[in-house]
Amino acid sequence: MADNRPLSPHLSIWKWRVHAITSIAHRITGNGLVFAGLTLFAWWLAATATSAEAYATFSAFAGSVFGWIIWIGLSWAAFQHLLSGVRHLAMDSGWGYQLGVSKLSATWVWIGSVLLTVAFWAVFHFAGPGVF
Amino acid sequence: MAEFQLPANSRITGKGKAFPAPSGARRVKTFSIYRWSPDDGQNPRYDSYDIDLDDCGPMVLDALIKIKSELDPTLTFRRSCREGICGSCAMNIDGSNTLACTLAIDDVKGDVRITPLPHMHVVKDLVPDMTHFYAQYASIKPWLQTVTPEPALKERKQSPEDRSKLDGLYECILCACCSTSCPSYWWNSDRFLGPAILLQAYRWLADSRDEMTGERLDQLEDPFRLYRCHTIMNCANVCPKGLNPAKAIAEIKKMMVTRAV
Repeated sequence: MADNRPLSPHLSIWKWRVHAITSIAHRITGNGLVFAGLTLFAWWLAATATSAEAYATFSAFAGSVFGWIIWIGLSWAAFQHLLSGVRHLAMDSGWGYQLGVSKLSATWVWIGSVLLTVAFWAVFHFAGPGVF
Repeated sequence: MAEFQLPANSRITGKGKAFPAPSGARRVKTFSIYRWSPDDGQNPRYDSYDIDLDDCGPMVLDALIKIKSELDPTLTFRRSCREGICGSCAMNIDGSNTLACTLAIDDVKGDVRITPLPHMHVVKDLVPDMTHFYAQYASIKPWLQTVTPEPALKERKQSPEDRSKLDGLYECILCACCSTSCPSYWWNSDRFLGPAILLQAYRWLADSRDEMTGERLDQLEDPFRLYRCHTIMNCANVCPKGLNPAKAIAEIKKMMVTRAV
């Protein structure tokens, strides 16, 4: 009889709050950076080594609307992962476990990552890629 | 590997029953409650009960008791003290784990959806099987362990300062709200001890009278038992006693580092 006991619902009923969303976002952005970032980097590297046409294909993709969505997404993911990584480092040292602090630090990871992404592209846009 | 979807026999596909409020009721609240019985071979379902709040006590547990006494005697749930000290009525209410006896109905917006503690095997309705949780509790040897001979004719003494180190730990009532709120525990409860048991483990590590600190730490030093905690913080957010298991786990991790250097 014990075998037909159902498993109670979990993900489908859970009310997510910012601290938990930040935690799972850390994993998603980390994986996204590795898979998407590494794939694009490999493509770019292979294109430079292959031919002018191959590089032109990459450039066309990189300059397309879809390409821009990916660049902005990757840069945001990098900042999100960085800030949330700092938050994890602090918590691993025993800091930030009070409910209010944990909620505040998680909220600032999101605000900070958006602000840094905007700042990054503003500098890129107004001063040109040469500044980096 | 984590199973994100419920197994086929656990999906809430059964056709639920609706119990309307008595005519003339003015303040009606709908309680949507997870139902499953081992006897009928059906999948779980939600039954809905409309309650007249003008004729019901203030807490969610009051509504459950009213439903059982007046509308549907088949509804099954655990309860005992009705004042937040026994931990029996732990369940998921409105998407968060808590005690039905200490949550006011008015604090839930809209309909009140009640399910058993998440990712647990269901014995019936809102009653989860706690066997594994209690076995994990036994595994940390939750009692005072000593090697020195007992002092003659007196207790083992503890200074007020050392005693205060147990504040925030001894209050745990083992209701399992925290452990069953933890995604790491959902996916790895076979090997990860979970927040409640780790808080209890720290309660004995922090006790100045206990003389098995090294052995206790050895027992916990494991990629799963202790280190599946990823500081998600659901545990501290749901604890009905306001305790912070995540912080206690961090203290254990610190003890591990301190003794290694």
